[in-house]
Amino acid sequence: MSEPPISRGFRGRRKSGAPADRVPPGQHLVSDFPVLSAGPTPHTPLEEWTFTLEDGSKVLKEWTWAEFEKLPQTKIKTDIHCVTTWSKLDTNWEGVSIDDLLAAAGLSEPPAPYIVASCDGGYTTNLPVEDLLDGKAMIATRYEGAPLPSEHGGPARLLVPHLYFWKSAKWVRGIEFRETDEPGFWEALGYHMYGDPWREQRYAGD
Amino acid sequence: MPETEVSAPKRVQWQTAEVREIVEETPRVKSLALDVAGWPGHRAGQRVDVRLTAEDGYQAQRSYSIASAPETPRLMLTVERIEEGEVSPYLTDEVRIGDQFQLRGPIGGHFVWTADLGGPLFLVAGGSGIVPLMAMLRHRAAAKSAVEATLLYSSRTFEDIIYRAELDALAKDGKLRVFHTLTRKQPAGWRGGSRRIDRNMLAEVGFRPALRPRTFICGPMRLVEDGARHLLELGYDRALIKTERFGPTGA
Repeated sequence: MSEPPISRGFRGRRKSGAPADRVPPGQHLVSDFPVLSAGPTPHTPLEEWTFTLEDGSKVLKEWTWAEFEKLPQTKIKTDIHCVTTWSKLDTNWEGVSIDDLLAAAGLSEPPAPYIVASCDGGYTTNLPVEDLLDGKAMIATRYEGAPLPSEHGGPARLLVPHLYFWKSAKWVRGIEFRETDEPGFWEALGYHMYGDPWREQRYAGD
Repeated sequence: MPETEVSAPKRVQWQTAEVREIVEETPRVKSLALDVAGWPGHRAGQRVDVRLTAEDGYQAQRSYSIASAPETPRLMLTVERIEEGEVSPYLTDEVRIGDQFQLRGPIGGHFVWTADLGGPLFLVAGGSGIVPLMAMLRHRAAAKSAVEATLLYSSRTFEDIIYRAELDALAKDGKLRVFHTLTRKQPAGWRGGSRRIDRNMLAEVGFRPALRPRTFICGPMRLVEDGARHLLELGYDRALIKTERFGPTGA
């Protein structure tokens, strides 16, 4: 593409203290935690909550909330990047890593190369399995030391912080392994299938 | 799952927009009418990403809702000045007719209403959350849709109401009802609401759930969270409620 036009008189804020190696292209830092969701926030009672691992339509393992809370817990401190251009540094999360989840289901290795995460409210998102392993992702149930608030995806959300945050599906209730990479909710509406913020993969074709 | 039209992904290209007209909507809000060569068209409720480039190449990027109907030749954005913002102060204070910046879109295919979807249409807005809903009302008028529509719109003061005169004019069609509520200060003799949008107000102003209204809520996080929850409690169908949350971070 040709050179972008200069926006006359635009200087920008150029906030100092924004470490360039932590803020991907086109992003800016925020200190609050904006909420973006496509519909009403679901409120599933914990006694009805379950988390399911499936291979195709075959159920591999299902946990109740009480069982899920007993799985090994992992803490991570990480930066998050929303496709709507905000980034937030040093957020603290706690939950069950996908590695531990697979181990608890008795899986020595994932049965297929892709997953679709599905959620209360009908939201879905697709991911390659390798982006979930080796500590790269978790099912998060706590944020900054407290139970995850419902508007931020509580009781549990997928957390895949190295990809744009729509991949970190709120109100997650299950992961289904798939042989092929099939678009989820936003991906079918023109968002990028993979969503790497460092390559600015916001929309299809980026 | 909320029903949504699914279109095949296409590459969304950066394009040059030129400012052709500037409208002062309120003391803090301006609308910019833009010429965008090769704009692919949009549906009411969609957004664009805007990218500003400084002389030394520094860039800043933000997302804004489209205010204009798809039927209007010029693309219009309506921007609220966020004091601590980087892009909105430029777009509201600095920009002049003839200035250029980049945008790409349309983005988002979920928070969308087209006349063929029918109604009734219940729109709930807080502050600049009116913008994508205004695109829907403008589209409804341009398409000569006879769909019954109700707008419940919360602003801080009378002076903060965006598109006030145009909303009055649109409501003259007899099928659109506009209900304003002012949360901070009301003029003498004010007949609208004088509190934040709450469950009672939604029940009084909205449609009966049995009419299965298509509902769009856009505004600050709390308004959207509480409003959507109240509507579910009142018996609205979750699948017909679409939300978009605005925060100061939209700056």
